Amino acid sequence: MKLLNFLRGEAFQRGVHPPSHKEATADRSIRRLPFAPQLVVPLSQHIGKSPKPIVRVGQEVVRGQLIAQSDDWLSVPHHAPATGVIEAIELRPSARGPWVESIVIRVQSGSTQEDLWGKPQDLSNATPQELLQAIWDSGMVGLGGAAFPTHAKLTVPKQAHVHTLVVNGCECEPFLTCDHRVMVEEADALMAGIRYGMRATSAVRTIIGVEDNKPDAVKAIQAAIDKIGATDIFVEAVPTKYPQGSEKMLIMALFGVEIPSGGLPVSLGMVVNNVGTLAALGKLLPAGRGLTERVVTVTGPGVARPGDYRVPLGTPLKFVLEYAGAEVNSRQVIMGGPMMGQSAASLDVPITKGVSGVLVLRGEDIAEREQRVVYPCIKCGECVESCPMGLNPSILGMLASRRDYEPMGSHYHLGDCFECGCCTYVCPSNIQLAQQFRIAKQVLRERATA
Amino acid sequence: MSSTIEIRSAPHVKGSRTVEQIMRQVVYSLVPVCAFFVWQYGISALALITVVTGVCIWTERVFTGTGTQSGHIQDYSSVITGLLLALTLPPGFPLWMAAVAAFISIALGKALFGGIGFNVFNPALVGRAFAQAAFPTAIATYTPSFLSGRGSEFIPSSLALPLMQPADTAAWLHGMQIDGWTGATPLAQWKFEQTLVGAGELLTSLGGHLPIGPSPVLIVLCGLYLASRRFMDWRIPMAVFGSAAITAWALFLLDPARFPTPFFTLLSGGLALGAVYMATDMATSPVTPKGMWFYGALIGFLTVIIRNFSGLPEGVMYAILLGNAVTPLIERVTQPTPFGKGASKKARRAASYSLNPSYISRDGDVQERDKS
Ligand code: SF4
Ligand code: SF4
Repeated sequence: MKLLNFLRGEAFQRGVHPPSHKEATADRSIRRLPFAPQLVVPLSQHIGKSPKPIVRVGQEVVRGQLIAQSDDWLSVPHHAPATGVIEAIELRPSARGPWVESIVIRVQSGSTQEDLWGKPQDLSNATPQELLQAIWDSGMVGLGGAAFPTHAKLTVPKQAHVHTLVVNGCECEPFLTCDHRVMVEEADALMAGIRYGMRATSAVRTIIGVEDNKPDAVKAIQAAIDKIGATDIFVEAVPTKYPQGSEKMLIMALFGVEIPSGGLPVSLGMVVNNVGTLAALGKLLPAGRGLTERVVTVTGPGVARPGDYRVPLGTPLKFVLEYAGAEVNSRQVIMGGPMMGQSAASLDVPITKGVSGVLVLRGEDIAEREQRVVYPCIKCGECVESCPMGLNPSILGMLASRRDYEPMGSHYHLGDCFECGCCTYVCPSNIQLAQQFRIAKQVLRERATA
Repeated sequence: MSSTIEIRSAPHVKGSRTVEQIMRQVVYSLVPVCAFFVWQYGISALALITVVTGVCIWTERVFTGTGTQSGHIQDYSSVITGLLLALTLPPGFPLWMAAVAAFISIALGKALFGGIGFNVFNPALVGRAFAQAAFPTAIATYTPSFLSGRGSEFIPSSLALPLMQPADTAAWLHGMQIDGWTGATPLAQWKFEQTLVGAGELLTSLGGHLPIGPSPVLIVLCGLYLASRRFMDWRIPMAVFGSAAITAWALFLLDPARFPTPFFTLLSGGLALGAVYMATDMATSPVTPKGMWFYGALIGFLTVIIRNFSGLPEGVMYAILLGNAVTPLIERVTQPTPFGKGASKKARRAASYSLNPSYISRDGDVQERDKS
């Protein structure tokens, strides 16, 4: 199979095959998480200026009601995830650590998760402009993890011409299955979302890339395509390999082209969106609603009831973990997947629009890693053979350990590193390469602006 | 849920490969080679391997213990150095000299540079080069393999007292009455006497009482095991063998009377051991895939040149040390091309979807888009 893909020139080069660990959640349907007593909506959840709250403390809000908005193009509005009372607008801990301005809602007991707000709209004759506005109003961001505002992503720059909408259903991160379940259960909504996406970008075809370890998702999507009789939407199984879900790698797998370094897919006439995002759009747009919940994979060796949960945005991690039955001795909680996700700084942080998974590790799961000795680089070359961007993490790591950051950027293409973590994953010397690169990039950025 | 959770940086999962594991696998793969060596030369070879490896481990321990070098004694890398050094010495090499060479290999070859990963030259070869310079007679004195009493009787030179010249093995061997014994290795025989040992005997190391090391076939097999499990990079030995074969073949075509056949070149001396186990030493070989080809090719080429055009019968050691020395340079000019920076922006031929915007196509099946 691998050889075949190689001969067909389909897979991107290098990459790694971490154990997938998806069995625990891949076959369970998505379940709803009840409301926590209190929900916390951080105002700034993505790049761009943070939106301004338009509610005041003490005000009653209805689920789906607009609570914060912004006119900055790279920022999106927020909607109330639950019916209740605005308890406070204050600083709350965020996943990254610093406290950020957040809207705190006390949930009215017994309130329904049915979306009550929203004005159904007929978008069948909408222009791309109107569609983009409707997407912007829905507060949608990329649900794959990057949380980049969807309306901005679907906007085609003036001179560019887009012919293909690429839909990313790879979900190459181990443990995560939320996109997988969405593809299986909400393929029809996905089709609706794809139609909106195609019209907003004027694309003439759509290709959905799904890693070949999810045959049921491919089948479900094919069935949905057949159901609407679409001849311009294709689903394609791509080789399972991390980081297949990165835009550049997916485009390589589908079209056999490399996006030029520093360029965007749009330079080749493509726009890439995540399956979860489009499926959510397919449901929200016709109803004229905003994004108030998302599917989150809650899993890990210490979780008693792992699964994909439909979680109201703003639900504190602690509540999610208690509901899923996480073990008491959990030592590390990761928001996102294990390769690129972030360690949560506290259990009080809320689920935000960009959180695709919550992974809980116990003491014994990390013990082995912790005991490992860190050696100097033995130049085994494993990292060079695994870096999907074709960099040389070995020399980058040696420069970083000497704090010699300038040549990393000027000679060894540090700017092309997207922190996928493949190099750290394979390094037998246990060097935290990706982390060193994050720091180096930060230092170089600061030097550039200073 | 405990209220204290810890913060770590991504990625949060890690592959299972460790430095210890790699080094251990290399040691395991060397076990058959060492066993063969002991079978060939008996108790002397066993003592040689034990002493050299022991001294290497001890030296490593002293230097890691005092904090002079990085690494840990458990990492097995000093064991590899010891085994390889022992395999490059003649079986009857005086043990005290071997111990000195072993100490030098770790102290000068490794600790001086800062320990594992920092060394510029292959430590085993540093020790071997030292022995060559300090004990030129002893290192050129070979004894025949498969002597009848080898399981119980030491080669007399092995047990020379420290700082003493070893006993002369010639008289001892004379008593054994081996036909045609000259004491020269096949390479030296070719160089100085123009006699060629048969390929079959070289291949297996089993014929008669040849003064040669373990069979190249066995070494290559052990190397194949390592390469198949990706504990060793296959490119370097391939490049060494390939370029040695091509160079030797070209010379052979030029003057078949003066130069040996390529087969002889590939199978004789330490080429197999050097190509499979010493040139591939990770720390001292390039990390870039293209660089590995260059480096291997350079070593193969230099080996043949040194063997044929210098006063020395054997050239692998110097070829590899030279290769080690130019490794940083090779790396600098063979950095990989990052994704998206390659010259060709063209689509690979066999991709599933065409890039042509005017078609909705799949698998090259051209289906004109409805233009209305
Ligand atoms: S983290 Fe950067 S350097 Fe490491 S493998 Fe990924 S892209 Fe390459
Ligand atoms: S994987 Fe680690 S030890 Fe190996 S070359 Fe890369 S940085 Fe060095």
